[in-house]
Amino acid sequence: MTENYDLYKTMLLIRRFEERLLAEFSTGSLVGTTHAYIGQEAGAAGIFSVAGADDVVFSNHRCHGHFLAYGGDPYRLAAELMGRATGLVGGRGGSQHIQWRNFYSNGIQGGIVPVATGMALAEKTKQTGNLALVFIGDGTLGEGVLYESLNIAALWTLPLLIVLEDNRYAQTTPTEKGVAGSMAGRFAAFGIPVWERETADVLDVRAAAGEALRHVRSGAGPGCLLLHTHRFSAHSKGDDPRSPEELARIRQFDPLTVHAARLSSAETGQAEAEIAAVINDAFTRAAADPFPELER
Amino acid sequence: METDPRVYVLGEDILDPYGGAFKVTRGLSTKFPDRVLTTPISEAGIVGVSSGMALRGLRPVAEIMFGDFVTLIADQVVNHAAKFRWMYNDSVRVPLVVRAPMGGRRGYGPTHSQSLEKMFLGVPGLKVLAPNTLGDPGGLLEAAIADDDPVLFVEHKLLYTRPLLAAGQGDLADFALETGGGPVPYFVLRPAYPASLTIATYGYNFELARQAALELMMEHEIFAELVVFSQLSPFDLEPLFASLARTLRHGSGQARRLLTVEEGGLTLGWGAEVAARAAERSDDLSRCSVRRVAARDLPIANSPRLEDAILPSVQDIVNAALELSNA
Ligand SMILES: Cc1ncc(C[n+]2csc(CCOP(=O)(O)OP(=O)(O)O)c2C)c(N)n1
Ligand SMILES: [Mg+2]
Repeated sequence: MTENYDLYKTMLLIRRFEERLLAEFSTGSLVGTTHAYIGQEAGAAGIFSVAGADDVVFSNHRCHGHFLAYGGDPYRLAAELMGRATGLVGGRGGSQHIQWRNFYSNGIQGGIVPVATGMALAEKTKQTGNLALVFIGDGTLGEGVLYESLNIAALWTLPLLIVLEDNRYAQTTPTEKGVAGSMAGRFAAFGIPVWERETADVLDVRAAAGEALRHVRSGAGPGCLLLHTHRFSAHSKGDDPRSPEELARIRQFDPLTVHAARLSSAETGQAEAEIAAVINDAFTRAAADPFPELER
Repeated sequence: METDPRVYVLGEDILDPYGGAFKVTRGLSTKFPDRVLTTPISEAGIVGVSSGMALRGLRPVAEIMFGDFVTLIADQVVNHAAKFRWMYNDSVRVPLVVRAPMGGRRGYGPTHSQSLEKMFLGVPGLKVLAPNTLGDPGGLLEAAIADDDPVLFVEHKLLYTRPLLAAGQGDLADFALETGGGPVPYFVLRPAYPASLTIATYGYNFELARQAALELMMEHEIFAELVVFSQLSPFDLEPLFASLARTLRHGSGQARRLLTVEEGGLTLGWGAEVAARAAERSDDLSRCSVRRVAARDLPIANSPRLEDAILPSVQDIVNAALELSNA
């Protein structure tokens, strides 16, 4: 199959997984919360199509898309979200706290950035050639420890790529109320180069990510990939103060539609069928799995 | 650092010739220039970076210049380093040590004199250790570095210049010294005569407690056992319970008498948890008398006169012991 087909399939996997998840929530079969990646799929799909297989990834609360694009198993993720013993971390972490291979996530805004910086330092000293990627949102630009980390990463020339996904909102707060000055300027102040894209096209993301990763991997120090994107669904489950007009308007930036134009209808149909089978299998198997017991 | 290339040291102003605010790292950066990293003034950043290093197979030791600044690292310790192993279902290890010089009596005032370790007691996944003059502080630090879980290593500033004590000599001449617990030792000092009271303490405050015990012995003929912990959290108090069982037999009022001594603020301190556990362990709840000697619940003043009045003293310990004995 073509690269374009694979990229489409990755984005479709994320889209359908998240849709199924939201549906499961509304039937009450899931508890807790979730943060859907719907609308932002081009980011994860583009980045992980060019990231190194052994690169270290620290993701945030909105981690399902990152995890699936990383190559994670949708069944293990579904099981984790359902609190099953077979989940990625045995039901201990849930939606925001998963770990698999070199993929980690945590639900604290900003706090993961110094941790990823330390991971970059470890990879550098071990001379593995791997780099560390960390995902943050626009709202996380408000956290102080982010800037401590940028300073350290730049001072020590660490192989760290900060992926800033600006979906224009932090929960309900628009960037106009949450972010002063320039996003890119914040990185520039530390001498960290920024690859900035306003796009819903996975090929654009992939090209920019490729350049940013090459820079970081060359040993030149940290970089930032700044993606302006749109979140189609609510922040988590029901918390969406945006107007129906706004929600309709941003639908024109659907990465699936943009990229589908490059495929035949037979290909998109085949992708739908393949993904539907994967999702069904993942959720059906997970739902039949046992719950964990607390060891005494 | 000589034997393990995974060990790194990170902290503010730790390079030679300065060698750290308390000179504890002096010489290290000359010997291991690539593994001693001087950092910006970024406590949360230092600990976060260290926990990332630990997750990826290194063994970092992060130094916080003054223990008072542990408030800044709370998120990194509580919501990151200490959580990862359990939260990720045991799939990772976080061998991280955070060294924090705590304590007062040096006239540093309200923000450079505190003993804030009580805020980190009971944090799941975190060990809190504190050296004292009975054990080998270097050995304890090595045990902390060898530990696969994060450790907060609390060092009272006054200990940096204190000599280590030798069993059976000097002030210890009147006590038999028992120890156990392996690399993270506890110590029990038993007087020559049957004791009627147990004093539990840790760190520098053992110095005050043993002076008080001598005074109680010489001037009041009250004999106390001292139980000195190196591990504050998780709480493992078996040596204390054993001591209380012994001192019960010799107390007059048939009550266990427990006195806890610490330099942190009284409310919700180490002693509060020790007392609660001792009470839960006692078969008859009414038979456990407790006094806690700790700092007053105030900021620590700069003026020596005020500082002395706020922090626990030898006299405070003696008075509390007398009160307990007469109760
Ligand atoms: C330290 C911290 N503060 C607050 C929250 C609650 N919270 C979770 S997600 C979120 C919004 C984050 O916005 P942004 O960084 O833009 O990411 P997005 O959700 O848009 O992907 C908030 C406030 C948190 N998880 N951590
Ligand atoms: Mg956002």
